[in-house]
Amino acid sequence: MTEWLALILVVMMLAAALAVVLVPNLVGAIAASSAVSLVVAVIFVVLRAPDVAMTEAAVGAGLSAAVLGLGVRRLGLWKLNEGKKDDA
Amino acid sequence: MRKAASLLFAGGLAFLLAVLVAKLPFGETPMVLGKQVLAQGAEQTGTANLVTSVVVGYRAYDTLGELSILFTAALALGLVLGKRNAAAPRDPDAGLVLRASADLLLPLLLVVGFYIILHGHLTPGGGFQGGVIVAAALFIPILARPSRGLDHGVLVWLESLAGALFILIGLAALFQDGAFLEPLLGKGELGRLLSGGTLPLLYLLVGVKVGAELTGLLVNLADAEAVE
Amino acid sequence: MPIPLDTLFFAGALGLVAIGVVGMLASRHLFRVLLCLGLAEAGGNLLLVLSGYRWDSVAPILTGDLPVGVSMVDPVPQALVLTSIVIGVGMEALAVALLIRIRRAYGTLDGHALLARLREDLDERLGVAPDRSEDLPKGHAPFPAPAAKEQEVNP
Repeated sequence: MTEWLALILVVMMLAAALAVVLVPNLVGAIAASSAVSLVVAVIFVVLRAPDVAMTEAAVGAGLSAAVLGLGVRRLGLWKLNEGKKDDA
Repeated sequence: MRKAASLLFAGGLAFLLAVLVAKLPFGETPMVLGKQVLAQGAEQTGTANLVTSVVVGYRAYDTLGELSILFTAALALGLVLGKRNAAAPRDPDAGLVLRASADLLLPLLLVVGFYIILHGHLTPGGGFQGGVIVAAALFIPILARPSRGLDHGVLVWLESLAGALFILIGLAALFQDGAFLEPLLGKGELGRLLSGGTLPLLYLLVGVKVGAELTGLLVNLADAEAVE
Repeated sequence: MPIPLDTLFFAGALGLVAIGVVGMLASRHLFRVLLCLGLAEAGGNLLLVLSGYRWDSVAPILTGDLPVGVSMVDPVPQALVLTSIVIGVGMEALAVALLIRIRRAYGTLDGHALLARLREDLDERLGVAPDRSEDLPKGHAPFPAPAAKEQEVNP
């Protein structure tokens, strides 16, 4: 049972991590990195580290996304409807 | 070519790490230090959450270093971004729904944050987690009303006060013939809110400092004028 | 067919570190490099917490009586990771501020163009002739001036 849960979590985490590298849209990449943090927080719970899980959920999935999102906005790179990688 | 080289490098790195990790025992860690903490932590510090006893008890000196790193980061961020051009346009205020819900969320999130900070020695949570939630609570109204801004002076005072009190508590232990940052006061009954001596107090200071620092950081970043 | 837990978690943590490092090396856009740095950091934190895990144990929080034979996981790595995560977000914010400053000064976040600009500025400051390839005959510029190939790279 735990093995299946762990398998699903790890696959989700690695898929989201790949999305961070491959998604052409920066806003989407930030959302994916936030998802990675969320899954990592769940893995911390499975590993019996509730303190670390709370920190990771609050910082990684919340505050870090806010910092990066603000950064993208101030950098003038905030584009939501960006289709292909070529039309930057 | 460059991508292939970096892929090769990362593959080699992963292989090296995997070989190293294969030698590590999983699930049966030796725990030279951890065993002692588990055996004596509750008696020596009086906290039910043993992670807290490490963070503000046994390794409180590390936590002080961590706080100074965070302080340096916040300082450097202000320095790098520089003073805001007063003529630069600000983001417009959000709509009614967002503004009203931001005002509603502020007290709720503050209560949650301080609950987590104050119960850090009993349940999962503590100064870092609660401090981040407090920072989020203070930042959400600013996100909804960028024009209003926040008083930086109050934040700076809170932050300096918390940092100074943290060191003063540590020095007080020094004058009682103890080590720097050694827990003082009675340990109390395990599992009560008022237990653990000065550890909950130190964690509260950590929470206030982290909250004020991260709020200042976010406000500075939000205040920066946009490029182009 | 279930895979053993240790293999799974170690593979996940190492995969996260590896993806982060590859991303950092392969990305040209500096903001993407920052995102990948965050990935590698999360992987490192996961490795640290994994090192303190014990089979059949509970979280290091005393709640009433512990059943006989049940131990707790190691609290020391958890405490270290706790501080490391918070430092991580502080550094991330500082890096974002530096990126904003770079874009204000140079108008681009493309790593290659920035490197070319940096070399050019250094050469100019030192009073050295710009770097040219020595394989080609004299009087023939092997590549266009660095300023010409500055353009917005896609993120």
